[in-house]
Amino acid sequence: MQFMLLFSRQGKLRLQKWYVPLSDKEKKKITRELVQTVLARKPKMCSFLEWRDLKIVYKRYASLYFCCAIEDQDNELITLEIIHRYVELLDKYFGSVCELDIIFNFEKAYFILDEFVLGGEAQETSKKNVLKAIEQADLLQECMTSIKMNSC
Amino acid sequence: MPAPIRLRELIRTIRTARTQAEEREMIQKECAAIRSSFREEDNTYRCRNVAKLLYMHMLGYPAHFGQLECLKLIASQKFTDKRIGYLGAMLLLDERQDVHLLMTNCIKNDLNHSTQYVQGLALCTLGCMGSSEMCRDLAGEVEKLLKTSNSYLRKKAALCAVHVIRKVPELMEMFLPATKNLLSEKNHGVLHTSVVLLTEMCERSPDMLAHFRKLVPQLVRILKNLIMSGYSPEHDVSGISDPFLQVRILRLLRILGKSDDDSSEAMNDILAQVATNTETSKNVGNAILYETVLTIMDIKSESGLRVLAINILGRFLLNNDKNIRYVALTSLLKTVQTDHNAVQRHRSTIVDCLKDLDVSIKRRAMELSFALVNGNNIRGMMKELLYFLDSCDPEFKADCASGVFLAAEKYAPSKRWHIDTIMRVLTTAGSYVRDDSVPNLIQLITNSVEMHAYTVQRLYKALLDDISQQPLVQVASWCIGEYGDLLVSGQCEEEEPIQVTEDEVLDVLEGLLVSNLSTPVTRGYALTAIMKLSTRFSSVNRIKKVVSIYGSSIDVELQQRAVEYNALFKKYDHMRPALLERMPIMEKTATNGPTEIVQTNGETEPSVVEAKHPPPVTQPANQANDLLDLLGGNDVVPVIQTTMPTKPASAGGELLDLLGDLSLSGAPAPAPAPSVPTSQPSFLLDGLSSQPLFNDIAAAGIPPMTAYSKNGLKIDFTFERANPNPNIAVITIHASNSTEADMTDFVFQAAVPKTFQLQLLSPSSNVVPALNQGTVTQVIRVLNLQKQQLRMRIKLTYTHKGSPVQDLAEVNNFPPQSWQ
Repeated sequence: MQFMLLFSRQGKLRLQKWYVPLSDKEKKKITRELVQTVLARKPKMCSFLEWRDLKIVYKRYASLYFCCAIEDQDNELITLEIIHRYVELLDKYFGSVCELDIIFNFEKAYFILDEFVLGGEAQETSKKNVLKAIEQADLLQECMTSIKMNSC
Repeated sequence: MPAPIRLRELIRTIRTARTQAEEREMIQKECAAIRSSFREEDNTYRCRNVAKLLYMHMLGYPAHFGQLECLKLIASQKFTDKRIGYLGAMLLLDERQDVHLLMTNCIKNDLNHSTQYVQGLALCTLGCMGSSEMCRDLAGEVEKLLKTSNSYLRKKAALCAVHVIRKVPELMEMFLPATKNLLSEKNHGVLHTSVVLLTEMCERSPDMLAHFRKLVPQLVRILKNLIMSGYSPEHDVSGISDPFLQVRILRLLRILGKSDDDSSEAMNDILAQVATNTETSKNVGNAILYETVLTIMDIKSESGLRVLAINILGRFLLNNDKNIRYVALTSLLKTVQTDHNAVQRHRSTIVDCLKDLDVSIKRRAMELSFALVNGNNIRGMMKELLYFLDSCDPEFKADCASGVFLAAEKYAPSKRWHIDTIMRVLTTAGSYVRDDSVPNLIQLITNSVEMHAYTVQRLYKALLDDISQQPLVQVASWCIGEYGDLLVSGQCEEEEPIQVTEDEVLDVLEGLLVSNLSTPVTRGYALTAIMKLSTRFSSVNRIKKVVSIYGSSIDVELQQRAVEYNALFKKYDHMRPALLERMPIMEKTATNGPTEIVQTNGETEPSVVEAKHPPPVTQPANQANDLLDLLGGNDVVPVIQTTMPTKPASAGGELLDLLGDLSLSGAPAPAPAPSVPTSQPSFLLDGLSSQPLFNDIAAAGIPPMTAYSKNGLKIDFTFERANPNPNIAVITIHASNSTEADMTDFVFQAAVPKTFQLQLLSPSSNVVPALNQGTVTQVIRVLNLQKQQLRMRIKLTYTHKGSPVQDLAEVNNFPPQSWQ
């Protein structure tokens, strides 16, 4: 995956994860164009589109669009599953996640994503393990003194 | 100083802003507060402030002043700080700024931290945005962690290694030992990331690929276990066990099995098993099947398996889920060349997809349909495609029309059918037809001698209905000019001949001249057609009158033509019949795909001049000499003409001055080449001919070559021999641009040694589109009488991303056949 964007139906960006090095200006341009393109799609259209030399996979969950850019050799259908898995993780963590959760806890959304995907590829295929890791990390955070706990 | 507000509160506050200006004000205020807090080196609230900054960054506001603060957070001992610090680094820093290198040491320390979650943060950050320098410095640490027994860290290290290899491919070797027993892991996370790592290594190095082939049995075993094992709640997705891992393994198998018989054989069974046993009711199952199909098609699988794969795709086409249908069409397009017959079986389903509502699916179905057209199904397919052309969106019409023309040309069952099909396209999608189709069609019509009467009659009738579609009007005017006599004499055999008088025909043509709908190019066609009729019709006076009116036309092109035709009536009336005689059959030099049409004058006797238009000589005085030269001259050098230009942009002086300079001269000649339609999307070519355009011309014996490749601009040369003079090499340059910005004002110039003569015709365009979306072509003719080795110096100028670029290059690698 080259990048993942989450945005609302009004086009407001809620999360942006880039796995390729691009300048801020380029990122803004890509985001703007892609958001426009995806929002223009009608509801019955398929979840894939070609954009520049990338394949874009997107899916709408309630008021949020989850949009991934993958490369030519990547499997579009499994990318849909990756998006779905991420939504499930968010759902489990926040308990019936909604857009507001992601707005007010955007850093948590990032942390969860970072436990699931690393460098653009899935690092853990077990839902349970991802959530466990997040849980433990959160616990660590609670501990305001410097870290004394050993690794598990 | 009060404590900085919490992140939540800031978010809440900003969301209450009713206007953009209000929001900006709030942000600025908060940024100022954060800035002063940073200046005070406040450790307690740094984390909170950076978090707020990250939020504002997401809204689109600048946050670069927080970069160093992120680094301080990373260096902190508090886990909370590190978490936000690394997040900030990933969001705000990038490898273009040197400041990111300051992270390297922190990351190094954290990679060796005692807490795995800290190590995890470091690995994640490095694997997400590590620059080449950072990767070089830290590769050793990553390699160490790749060998740890902690699966939480091992899986992250594997993906981090993937990133390192992508950034610094030379470091790949150092990870080789660590891969030794990656696949014997039980942990799925590690397995998955290991497979990704192995895939990356195999894709990059043939040696690695050979080395890892021995893993095929192990991979097959793992895959088998996944399928055969019972329900595993941890990895289950809709009844399928770890689909992510299955897909990755299938992909790795694909790479390992490609061009290797033994490996392909070893995976045959498991592929068949996956293909038949996977549950297809949900997207997950189909994702696995999709990957399986791709693998089967790419390796050296036995034919039974391939047919199974194509059938799976055929089933996909019938799936309700449009994503599945889309994916099927895409895959079928990839396999249609190699497994043509198998794909043919699904033709009717594919054709049904033309009626799908989704634009992407329609486009894929159209491409695939064109790829499937052959001699047997041409009639049926064409019916469907023409129906599609009628009803499709404008964005498809140009490509569809071109595809129809090509298919018709290749497989037309009869000339009449061919002409009818062309008529249908011109009348329904006429305005979308590409400019270069007009010369192609004219040539086609000329060569269908027995159909002339029928054709001109149909075109005439079409003109009566509608004169707004320019390509149709142009072709029709040309035909009426050529075959008007057949029209008026009512000679049509194919259908009921219509009664038309000369005056009616002239009315129609004159109507075109005055109509607002006609473009200047069309007017040119119409005027010339009227002129030609002066030798075919008896109402010469009327024609003379029309022609003289346009002698004072504002349009320079029309004026020039009218003046010359006038001269033809007045001073050179004796030559008029010869000049305006019927066109001979034109030869095409290449028959496959859209190519340049080189029309050569088959007659070497100078007495008969087959001119589409009289030469654009500027003064009647010169005209006298030149005409005499031609008719009385003794030059037997074949005159190379080019087809009617259809670009209105090049007004005046388009035609090769065939009377002036009979030998080929250097510098851009006045005549444009018929625009070689390589601006057509390449997919149509891929679909219609089994080899790319270059191969077809290579079939003529001379291999193509790359003359220049630098800064994303690539220029390829393809060769043909000009017929009938073998001393003339016809080179077509194809310029393509792989950068992300267009190259505009593109000018290609060439010079050759003195023993050669060179003629450069006009280019197809002067913009080379970005990302290889199209090519600019231009024709060079080189006369090589002394049979010396061809050398050329080329000069390229263009504008790229706003700045002008110029380059000179020598081209010395011409294939011997091109000049011998």
